[in-house]
Amino acid sequence: MKSSVIVFPGSNCDRDIAIALEKMQFKNQMVWHKETKLPKTDLIVVPGGFSYGDYLRSGAIAGKSFIIDEVIKAANLGCLVLGICNGFQILTETGLLKGTLLKNKNLKFINKDVNLKVMNNYTRFTNKYKKEKILKINIAHNEGNFFTDANHIEELKKENLIAFKYCDEKGNINEDSNPNGSLDNIAGIFNTNKNILGMMPHPERMVDELISNKDGVNLFSSLFN
Amino acid sequence: MESTCFQVCSIKMKITNQIIEKHGLKLEEFKNIKKLLKREPNLLELGIFSAMWNEHCSYKSSRVHLKKLHTKGKQVIQGPGENAGVIDIGDNDAIVFKIESHNHPSYIEPFQGAATGVGGILRDVFTMGARPIALLNSIHFGSPEHSKTKSLLNGVVSGIGGYGNCIGIPTVAGETKFNETYNENILVNAMAVGHVKKDKIFYSKAKGLNKSVVYVGSKTGRDGIHGASMASAEFDESSAGKKPTVQVGDPFTEKLLMEACLELMKDNSIISIQDMGAAGLTSSSVEMASKGELGIELELDKVPCREENMTPYEMMLSESQERMLIILEDKKEQKAKKIFDKWDLDFVVIGRTTNTNNLTLKFNNKIVGEIPIEALASKAPVYDRQWIKKVNKKKEINLKDLKKIKIEEALIKILSSPNHSNKSWVTNQYDQSVMCDTVQKSGSDAAIIRIHNKDKAIAVTVDSSANYCKSHPITGGKQVVCENWRNLITVGAKPLAITNCLNFGNPENKEVMGEFVECLQGIKEACEFLGFPVVSGNVSFYNGTNNKNIYPTPVIGGVGLIKKLSYPLNHSFKKENNILLLIGKTFGHLEQSCFLKENYSINEGMPPEINLLNEKNNGETLIKLIEKNLILSSHDISNGGLITALSEMSISSNYGAKIQKPKKLTNLFKYFFGEDQARYIIEIDTDNLPKVEKILKDNNIYYENIGYTQKKYFEIEGELRISNKDLFKINNEWYNSY
Repeated sequence: MKSSVIVFPGSNCDRDIAIALEKMQFKNQMVWHKETKLPKTDLIVVPGGFSYGDYLRSGAIAGKSFIIDEVIKAANLGCLVLGICNGFQILTETGLLKGTLLKNKNLKFINKDVNLKVMNNYTRFTNKYKKEKILKINIAHNEGNFFTDANHIEELKKENLIAFKYCDEKGNINEDSNPNGSLDNIAGIFNTNKNILGMMPHPERMVDELISNKDGVNLFSSLFN
Repeated sequence: MESTCFQVCSIKMKITNQIIEKHGLKLEEFKNIKKLLKREPNLLELGIFSAMWNEHCSYKSSRVHLKKLHTKGKQVIQGPGENAGVIDIGDNDAIVFKIESHNHPSYIEPFQGAATGVGGILRDVFTMGARPIALLNSIHFGSPEHSKTKSLLNGVVSGIGGYGNCIGIPTVAGETKFNETYNENILVNAMAVGHVKKDKIFYSKAKGLNKSVVYVGSKTGRDGIHGASMASAEFDESSAGKKPTVQVGDPFTEKLLMEACLELMKDNSIISIQDMGAAGLTSSSVEMASKGELGIELELDKVPCREENMTPYEMMLSESQERMLIILEDKKEQKAKKIFDKWDLDFVVIGRTTNTNNLTLKFNNKIVGEIPIEALASKAPVYDRQWIKKVNKKKEINLKDLKKIKIEEALIKILSSPNHSNKSWVTNQYDQSVMCDTVQKSGSDAAIIRIHNKDKAIAVTVDSSANYCKSHPITGGKQVVCENWRNLITVGAKPLAITNCLNFGNPENKEVMGEFVECLQGIKEACEFLGFPVVSGNVSFYNGTNNKNIYPTPVIGGVGLIKKLSYPLNHSFKKENNILLLIGKTFGHLEQSCFLKENYSINEGMPPEINLLNEKNNGETLIKLIEKNLILSSHDISNGGLITALSEMSISSNYGAKIQKPKKLTNLFKYFFGEDQARYIIEIDTDNLPKVEKILKDNNIYYENIGYTQKKYFEIEGELRISNKDLFKINNEWYNSY
């Protein structure tokens, strides 16, 4: 499979995701934000970091960049799109995903490993995970507090569009296991067609036992199914 | 702000004594300037002299003593004197690292002060061609009860995180300490570590005549004017008014600048490169020219400015961040410009190298300033300041005279104190994992960073011991080097070299100068004996307010090498029923200990003695054991003694320990809380005991079998039994309730 990682000025997880993708046998290429055309690709990744310094609002400027029009076009044609952390914020800015990411409830940057529960394993991104599998994945963000309106949350639940929820080691989903104040402990969501996944945690940081664990591996290998 | 008067006045204004003083120069120094110039300087020139001759840039009070440091070794590629030190880690890989202070700005404006401290040290590292791979910090605040401490702590931590997280370099280790000596003058020291190929290191020495001098990066604004002079003066009541002298950081631009510089460094376009740090355009141009024994001519009209009508004086003294000066090879301009255009950064040729040996400044086609380079650099004042020896005596403390407490009570007091509490409140605000090479995060004796795409790694750590240094500077200086060395060893690394940040009070005070000279003496002795050279560093004097100086606080940042990384070694217990050995001899030294400080507020006497022979032997033998995979976990014993170290090993794992009382009848408090040096705890498999004992005996190492690991409880026979869960709770309460 072919993947493309979009690089904005200020992206800083672009190298990490590229390495993870290559490790998972993707043929990856980096796409600079000033490009006006996407290469032929099966997966577009919008990586983490601080695109355009997160000035104005996280993801806001990237959401209006040259290349993003092409990402939107491709996504609407069904191309797989994965937005991680700042990438998730950018996807909400473009409207490809609904909802928004507010400042963390404690108003501080949070970096730690958190537990996630796989909420829907019948998707292109999650089919290699067992249902309700508990993962340990790293988060690193200032604005990861997911918020959306009542209609959208209803839709997310009804259509099974919630990908991951924050939970504790035993899988309990409650306030104590919510690191950033996200609505309903939501850590990642799909669009209606489930070809777009936005998530705050960093699966690319979890593909190497020596560094962390391998809980992110199945997210990438699912895409080959 | 008073100095605005210089900004609006013509540079032709008469230099009065008042103006000289406001520039932080002594009248004697001004006389010297006139002698070197053979005339009166104009205001621009005076400003430049003040920027180059202040303590921060000239090291005028420290230079004679810094020369004595141990800086050599076969691992050293570049010692002090460059933007950062460079050491060899084999296979054409080298590590570039340095620590620097940003104390004064951080006290005035904690967020920006700390953030730009990180930005500045990162530039020092990538200027040399290295990609930064880790950030560390050592931050010291006043007493938690002091009215400013809470907001300073919040501001500094979010400033450090804000910069490192945004630029995408992991902040992996550090220390956060509290002591009332820093009430009015906090310390913020930042260290950066980078990786470079040995044959791709860039230096600041200019070479060749008529070469283009290029300005790249952010535009120049009016921020930070006279920042370096501010950092070279003591604080008083008016210090809050110095806010405009604090620079404003933009990690986003720095990220672009870093990527652009590293891209340009892939070929050989650059002759020399220097970041514009303290004293901005002035010090960068002077340093390059001085090292290359050349002149440099700048056309200041060409300097990209953020604000209108900036004067030459302001341009030369601005400390706007995220800027670099590059001397390019002929005909490389276009290629280089293309790279900076790609990253949307300014790229302007603002001058050229000359054979005049002068710094020549032109504005509107007129020469507005001309100073011989040597007057600013090699002829800058050097002072051999008066100093006196510290006299301190042993103070025998009789425990019988003190209020009786239980061991458990004393331990809880230490573990729940601000200085020993778990620091995840701090470290969770730093991205420790970005770049995906952090093998071991903060919380261990040292962090471990894998060399990208290799199976080797480096260990990094920072340490300081202000209380020890205050009570006996020579011993304190030795101790902090030794502790750093131990912290590298316990994670399985061979210690290679250090960088030091020397935070002291007013050097014009004989006692302070004595503390400086003697701490340095201690550092030198330890470095020499351990073969652990200093390759870079920074001196920060004038830390104090209204004649009250801070405790002498040399901070040591160490780097070690793990040749073949298998699994990271740390201090968490691994399994039950493993044997625990205490390496090194316990004498029960309680003077200057945490035990007395936290439980009785006693802060007297001498620090524990340092026996360098034992340090070296114990450490090197431990490495032998580690290399033979005989150690499962290890921890150095420092503040809080044996019992605190054992508790930390329990807290960080699912296992506890059962410890016997010492066989020789010693006072239990002395045994468990004593801070004798050169000691470690190691966890080993029972089956390996004979092998380990043989190696220890063969190397004449003193050791004791003190007990074994067990499930869930930390226990001292007949004295205390606490569950891991409770220990964890005790250790985690303070920050969350502060």
